[in-house]
Amino acid sequence: MAASPLTATGSAIFSKKCELGGSISSSSPSLVAHRCRKHSLNKILAVMAPSRTPQRPPSTTGSVKHAMTMTEKILARASERSQLEPGENVWVNVDVLMTHDVCGPGTIGIFKREFGENAKVWDREKIVIIPDHYIFTSDERANRNVDILRDFCLEQNIKYFYDIKDLGNFKANPDYKGVCHVALAQEGHCRPGEVLLGTDSHTCNAGAFGQFSSGIGNTDAGFVMGTGKLLLKVPPTLRFILDGEMPSYLLAKDLILQIIGEITVAGATYKSMEFLGSTVESLSMEERMTLCNMVVEAGGKNGVVPADKTTFKYLEDKTSVEYQPVYSDENARFIQDYKFDVSKLEPLVAKPHSPDNRALARECKDVKIDRVYIGSCTGGKTEDFMAAAKVFLASGKKVKVPTFLVPATQKVWVDLYGLPVAGSGGKTCSQIFEEAGCDTPTSPSCGACLGGPRDTYARMNEPQVCVSTTNRNFHGRMGHKDGQIYLASPYTAAASALTGFVTDPREFLQ
Amino acid sequence: MATAVPPKTICSSHLPRTSILTRRNSTSNAHIPTLPSPLKSLTLTPRRSLLTPLFAAADTEADLASFGSTTTFHGFCYVVGNNIDTDQIIPAEHLTLVPSKPDEYRKLGSLAFVGLPTASYPVPFVNPGENSSRFSVIIGGDNFGCGSSREHAPVAIGASGARVVVAESYARIFFRNCVATGEVYPVETEEVGIWKECSTGDIVTVDLVGNHLINHTKGKDYKLKPIGDAGPVIEAGGIFAYARKTGMISSTAA
Repeated sequence: MAASPLTATGSAIFSKKCELGGSISSSSPSLVAHRCRKHSLNKILAVMAPSRTPQRPPSTTGSVKHAMTMTEKILARASERSQLEPGENVWVNVDVLMTHDVCGPGTIGIFKREFGENAKVWDREKIVIIPDHYIFTSDERANRNVDILRDFCLEQNIKYFYDIKDLGNFKANPDYKGVCHVALAQEGHCRPGEVLLGTDSHTCNAGAFGQFSSGIGNTDAGFVMGTGKLLLKVPPTLRFILDGEMPSYLLAKDLILQIIGEITVAGATYKSMEFLGSTVESLSMEERMTLCNMVVEAGGKNGVVPADKTTFKYLEDKTSVEYQPVYSDENARFIQDYKFDVSKLEPLVAKPHSPDNRALARECKDVKIDRVYIGSCTGGKTEDFMAAAKVFLASGKKVKVPTFLVPATQKVWVDLYGLPVAGSGGKTCSQIFEEAGCDTPTSPSCGACLGGPRDTYARMNEPQVCVSTTNRNFHGRMGHKDGQIYLASPYTAAASALTGFVTDPREFLQ
Repeated sequence: MATAVPPKTICSSHLPRTSILTRRNSTSNAHIPTLPSPLKSLTLTPRRSLLTPLFAAADTEADLASFGSTTTFHGFCYVVGNNIDTDQIIPAEHLTLVPSKPDEYRKLGSLAFVGLPTASYPVPFVNPGENSSRFSVIIGGDNFGCGSSREHAPVAIGASGARVVVAESYARIFFRNCVATGEVYPVETEEVGIWKECSTGDIVTVDLVGNHLINHTKGKDYKLKPIGDAGPVIEAGGIFAYARKTGMISSTAA
């Protein structure tokens, strides 16, 4: 008897709107305000500025009656809508789906379970599969997972599969790339205006190209694999205006650590982060990637940098696919503006165990370290190594702690051995690293950024202190649960390697 | 007919509970009469059925109707703090396990929360050598599930036998993965700091119809935010199961 009022209540609750995932992403975005840490960084302030209209080209998507942000416009087009509002749930057509060896096998398992053993993927040219996480390991299950990817790609005739078979010598695998986010960019899969989803939280990296890109789980990816669509909630946008000349001792990593320290690790949950201003315009594509790569560390759904001539130039020899960049309308609604004068910033670190645990590098000069790690999607690109080499070159000294170098991709590795470092009289990064006493650059992969199998190169198997150019300093992230990770720019990482303490790179760069 | 659709108690649909837990929970019946009164009219009946056959398998049919039925969880809680990232829920070295393979799914359950620092969390979530946890509810703080998008995280929690997390807020991808897989109910609290008032091992009830959390050990009652439209999706077993059940996609695979 008592069950009837219950059922009635229940149906009232649930009959409101029962569409699939109507609120899949509607958990409260309410979390931001109460976590503001007290930072001792009074000099560096993010000032909320009144809305300012940056100089932007007009919309390229026709009607501007309903002003939209870049992210809203991309999702509007992908959902075949003329306009939409933050908070709406829309079915989005996906341009590229990326998966890798850690989440690919599970995604494939779900795809087969739900669509059938003989099902075909929605578009064999729009799925990019990149083994990158656990490659150079004797872990049998890890090796098996790459085999699962290979079998699936053969079966489905997947066009872009960056395979590796000879684990003894990565160079014997011309198709092998390495870290997926960097490979996606280098291989021309990142294009302005498009929607890229991937089974990796750092998929937001591709926002550097002025596209919508975000990380999803295996189940969602299995759905996309079969249908080419996904239900997404349109995020509202936070705007970050970075102006001022970038000091020679700063890198994009400092900028994003500054921002995350300001808004906390949950400050952008369910939100888009748009980066603009004269500093952003001056950044290279790789630096823009560093900026967007870590938006997930602030909880962001995606990050975007408006495409410009730097973007178009980068893409020139990488893709023949036509793309259509979009830009925020002048009167688009941003839920908040943050303004930074970059010329006043100083080199930063994120102390253990949270990416928003911001401090000035110089404030941590007494922190003794055991090792330095330069690598990952965030900090293992060509320019990241060039930056580290610049510090080693300027110092002329040798490192005092083991310094591990893990190029993100095969292309980056080639650059380390081929490109001359500016001001070095023609030396390559690899020569400079050797002279400085670093470990030899190893095979490209995600490496020890996320710990990985026990035999992963440079995995932190002891409770040590590491300065790292990676993206996360959670407990156990690089292996040992009690390890301590200081996230830093390649400049700061190299400077710290030279002293054995967390070190402000100005000690060597000025 | 009113009794034809019994209020549904979801416990673990994946793993059998240990008999110890069942026994321990039934003793907690004693706490029930002290529940605050406003809730009684709504939930008295379900609570009885919830406590007696505590971990009896949920009625497997009747699920279409059960969108509106009770979903209640009862048992020991495991308490964690703010910003519990997915590396702590399931460290990356275990990501070689593929959740869609049944034996590896079970293994993931045995490893849930193994990444928590031992100094802060001396009680393991899953006892070494066991596949499932004796804790049925996880209570956490702000930004639960942040970091990596690994779906292994909600899967590990679900595979351990726990079906509900109660936290102040969730990281986006984790929340979505909970719903997409149907592994875990990610429920939000109305107030902050509940995790500071609860202790691992407290006996709690989470009532998703009355939207409250009762800590029987401490004699406290907390409001929860409604799970909303995500509830039926999780109850169905994830987005694919929900879409089939509601006729959005055809019921059999090709």
